[in-house]
Amino acid sequence: MTAVRPHGRIDAPIKKKEVKLAKRTKRLSRSTGGTVALFLFLAAFGVFTSMPIVLTISRAFMPLDELFLFPPRFFVRNPTATNFSDLFIIMQESWVPFSRYFLNSVIITGFGTLGHLVFASMAAYPLAKNDFPYKKQIFATVVLALMFGAHVTGIPNFLIISALGINNTYLAVILPAFSAPLGLYLMKQFMEQIPDSLIESARLDGASEFFIWRKIIMPNVKPAWLTLIILQFQALWATTGGVFLRSEELKPLSFAMNQIALGGVARAGANAAVIFIMMAVPVTFFIFSQSKIIETMATSGMKD
Amino acid sequence: MTHKESTWSLMKKNRQSYGLMAPYFILFFMFTILPVMIAIVLSFTNFNMLQAPRFVGWANYTRLLLENEIFIIALQNTLIFAVVTGPLSFILCFIFAWIINDMPPKVRAFMTLVFYAPSISGNVFFMWQVFFSGDRMGLVNGFLINLGILDDPINFFRDARFIMPILIIVQLWMSLGVGFLAFIAGLQTVDKALYEAGAVDGIRNRWQELWYITLPSMKPQLLFAAVMQITTSFAIADVVTTLAGMPTVNYAGDTIVTHLQDIGWIRFEMGYASAVATILFLLMVGTNKGVQRMLRKVGT
Repeated sequence: MTAVRPHGRIDAPIKKKEVKLAKRTKRLSRSTGGTVALFLFLAAFGVFTSMPIVLTISRAFMPLDELFLFPPRFFVRNPTATNFSDLFIIMQESWVPFSRYFLNSVIITGFGTLGHLVFASMAAYPLAKNDFPYKKQIFATVVLALMFGAHVTGIPNFLIISALGINNTYLAVILPAFSAPLGLYLMKQFMEQIPDSLIESARLDGASEFFIWRKIIMPNVKPAWLTLIILQFQALWATTGGVFLRSEELKPLSFAMNQIALGGVARAGANAAVIFIMMAVPVTFFIFSQSKIIETMATSGMKD
Repeated sequence: MTHKESTWSLMKKNRQSYGLMAPYFILFFMFTILPVMIAIVLSFTNFNMLQAPRFVGWANYTRLLLENEIFIIALQNTLIFAVVTGPLSFILCFIFAWIINDMPPKVRAFMTLVFYAPSISGNVFFMWQVFFSGDRMGLVNGFLINLGILDDPINFFRDARFIMPILIIVQLWMSLGVGFLAFIAGLQTVDKALYEAGAVDGIRNRWQELWYITLPSMKPQLLFAAVMQITTSFAIADVVTTLAGMPTVNYAGDTIVTHLQDIGWIRFEMGYASAVATILFLLMVGTNKGVQRMLRKVGT
């Protein structure tokens, strides 16, 4: 638990008259029928969402003969790790070594995530806590950026990155990632709940804004760090680099994995192992950081 | 503040604040704001990456809307996605978060993982290929043939009738993302005292509780999640090209974004593609703004 608790949404209490609209009975009844229906719905959708994931796990450990059985099998019967060793062999045979793809992914996700965290939280602090001209307009453009995807900006971005001379380098993927709008938005909302008194006392001592950000703000927003990290990590982990990384020796793991996954029947086993690996990393990450992420999301709301 | 200071002196006074924001916003301007402006400008030119762009007026737009049947199909498909998966995923996010909220913390954490995992698990949507594979090895075909319902396998991703429904299912499957988490968090922070006060004031069942207490208290989360869901549902592309190919059979599953990629990255008609991007931009922002206005009315 951090020093600061989320303040919740009590700043927007509902009006008494709305509550009064309902008739007067003391106890809140929860009909059994309603409960059963809701839980059945939940269970059904839960099965639906987890099916492809269970299938991914199941197929990753399926021996080849089970993968090609008719009728097709959902659950693995004789689990084996051969798919992973097959994948390893394919990876060793590729002319860019597997370790290189892995290193590329580590560089891209590592620097992209770290830079985003630092830049976004540095910008979030003044937006959350200080008052200065054009603050509203600046934040409004960030909110606006949440409303359109990267697809809108794809072509001009390619031109800009080419003009900067960083096309086909790691920077072409890393630099734009630094300024992802969602991270700044979430960080700023989370920082707003830090009590002003903490900052005021440091300011009276003559601390610089950078010092306050570094020593007072950042230690108090650790749950938001994790949230920015996982959101950015997951986005960069999945990126293939596309038109921005053309050289084979710069491509990330997800690109190599996609190639194998598209390899078709001949590589069905390795293919299943690949999808499993690509899924396991972000999901594991989420399992361990879930409570912190939810804590951050408590302040994610858009105020008028 | 006792007297009104000039903007300039206020800005000078806050130079440290601007300094902290500078690194992020320089990049933000370069890779988000400037590209939108460039796209709008290029949409009025015939830029092809080889020659200097030449101004062509509204030609790209008239060509798109009047001569390009594929664009019209892509526009329709995008709107279908937006109208179906947008609101539906928004409602599902809320309903599931709401049901899960009453559960013990451990169960709640597990269910959160179950619903959220598809949106972060990268390429697991490949697995839908296994379900809907066009031969007997596809799980759905295998199952139906085994039961005797089908004689021959259905080639789901090559049959225009099935492409959209399946893509919608897959999109819904992976749509419980950040908005869903925001709802879970928001529900946990609704002041419990409000529910007690509500019970005293005569809230009779959980539906009234939902409408009169929970939803109004969660308006900020509703607004945020709506933006997330709308933006995602307009940007559907990877799922389409990975599962149904590019282009899809009879363009049955093509969206504005896949069409944009086709014109831009395959045909290199950058001016023409920029017109598509500009239309997409206006659609996304327009829809978002409209829905925001609607949601602000919840509980008022």
